[in-house]
Amino acid sequence: MRALIMGCGRVGAALAASLEDDGHDVTVLDIEPYAFRRLPPTFRGRKMIGNGIDTEKLLAAGIENSDAFIAVTQGDNRNIMAAQIAKYVFNVPRVVCRIYDPLREDIYRSLGISTVSPPRVGTALLREALEKSGPAAIAAQPEETAGSEEKAD
Amino acid sequence: MFIVIVGGGKVGYYLSRELIEGGHEVLVIDKDVARVQQLTDELGQDVAVRGDGCEVATLMQAGMDRADMVLAVTGDDEDNLVVCQVANRRFNVPRTVARINNPKNEDIFRKLGIATTVSATSAILAQIEQELPSHALIPLMKLRGGGFEIVEVKIPAGAAVVGQRLRDIMLPQQSLISLIIDTEGVPRVPNSDSVIEAEDEVIAVTKMESEGQLRAVLTNAPASRGA
Repeated sequence: MRALIMGCGRVGAALAASLEDDGHDVTVLDIEPYAFRRLPPTFRGRKMIGNGIDTEKLLAAGIENSDAFIAVTQGDNRNIMAAQIAKYVFNVPRVVCRIYDPLREDIYRSLGISTVSPPRVGTALLREALEKSGPAAIAAQPEETAGSEEKAD
Repeated sequence: MFIVIVGGGKVGYYLSRELIEGGHEVLVIDKDVARVQQLTDELGQDVAVRGDGCEVATLMQAGMDRADMVLAVTGDDEDNLVVCQVANRRFNVPRTVARINNPKNEDIFRKLGIATTVSATSAILAQIEQELPSHALIPLMKLRGGGFEIVEVKIPAGAAVVGQRLRDIMLPQQSLISLIIDTEGVPRVPNSDSVIEAEDEVIAVTKMESEGQLRAVLTNAPASRGA
């Protein structure tokens, strides 16, 4: 599979490395070349500098031949716009978009975009971890301790 | 009308001022506290609110569901796109207008459902093209769907078509000369016997892909004999 990842932050870089480990052909696009330092030294895929909402940059990054497009920049709206360009202008078969704002995620999910909202996923995972850490730990938390810890912050 | 403006920069400010003068109810949304304060000082209470114009919660508070029109005029195309889409899809706002910086985004916005866009960059480019005599063919307007556009061509003095009747000119397929404006500025709808003169301005409808061919037919000098 040919994957184009927009945004080389922690998630983008880790995803790029993981897809490449599984034998996929990966291109990473970021406006800031310094971001590529997050990729492992063994990374053999293409590193492209450019803004993913600029169709010319997307074309240069090979979007027309991509099987998957993943939008994981820091900006929700940039991700939303790039994902829609990938899906509706270039007809990329698999498009995934990160949207931090859960309410905006609802809207774009209902419009047919595959979305992931880290706050929503993170909250659920934290809640689960908390419950697994032992029922006593949640129920029997003495109020003084909680208060003193808050002050310590 | 109740008009919500997202983006309180210069464009948003002057728009809101004009619209308020025109008797409309206006609300400006901007992320920046200082800017909102400035707008409040200049435009009055309850005209500007602080918030993210893409966030559903902000928009609900702003009364987006009763807005007649939304103008997205921030400096970022992606923000303007999302403002319009959220307003339209989530709040059923009937009319949205997006400001665009990258002229190439006009097409993308249309494909993504935002029909009305305004691009200062395109406007300035068009102005430059009109001032430059070397640009003999100026696209005036793209017609929605079908790939047609309306173009303006200034006929150069030495063009092969000067003095010819329309019926004798081989236009590219799917192209039509619909108006000829003479050097006096008088427009006329031509028939097949109309003659093209030097310096006439011709308005034509054409397929976008035939643009180059049309330009060649109307502006090229006669092929030199013996060459």
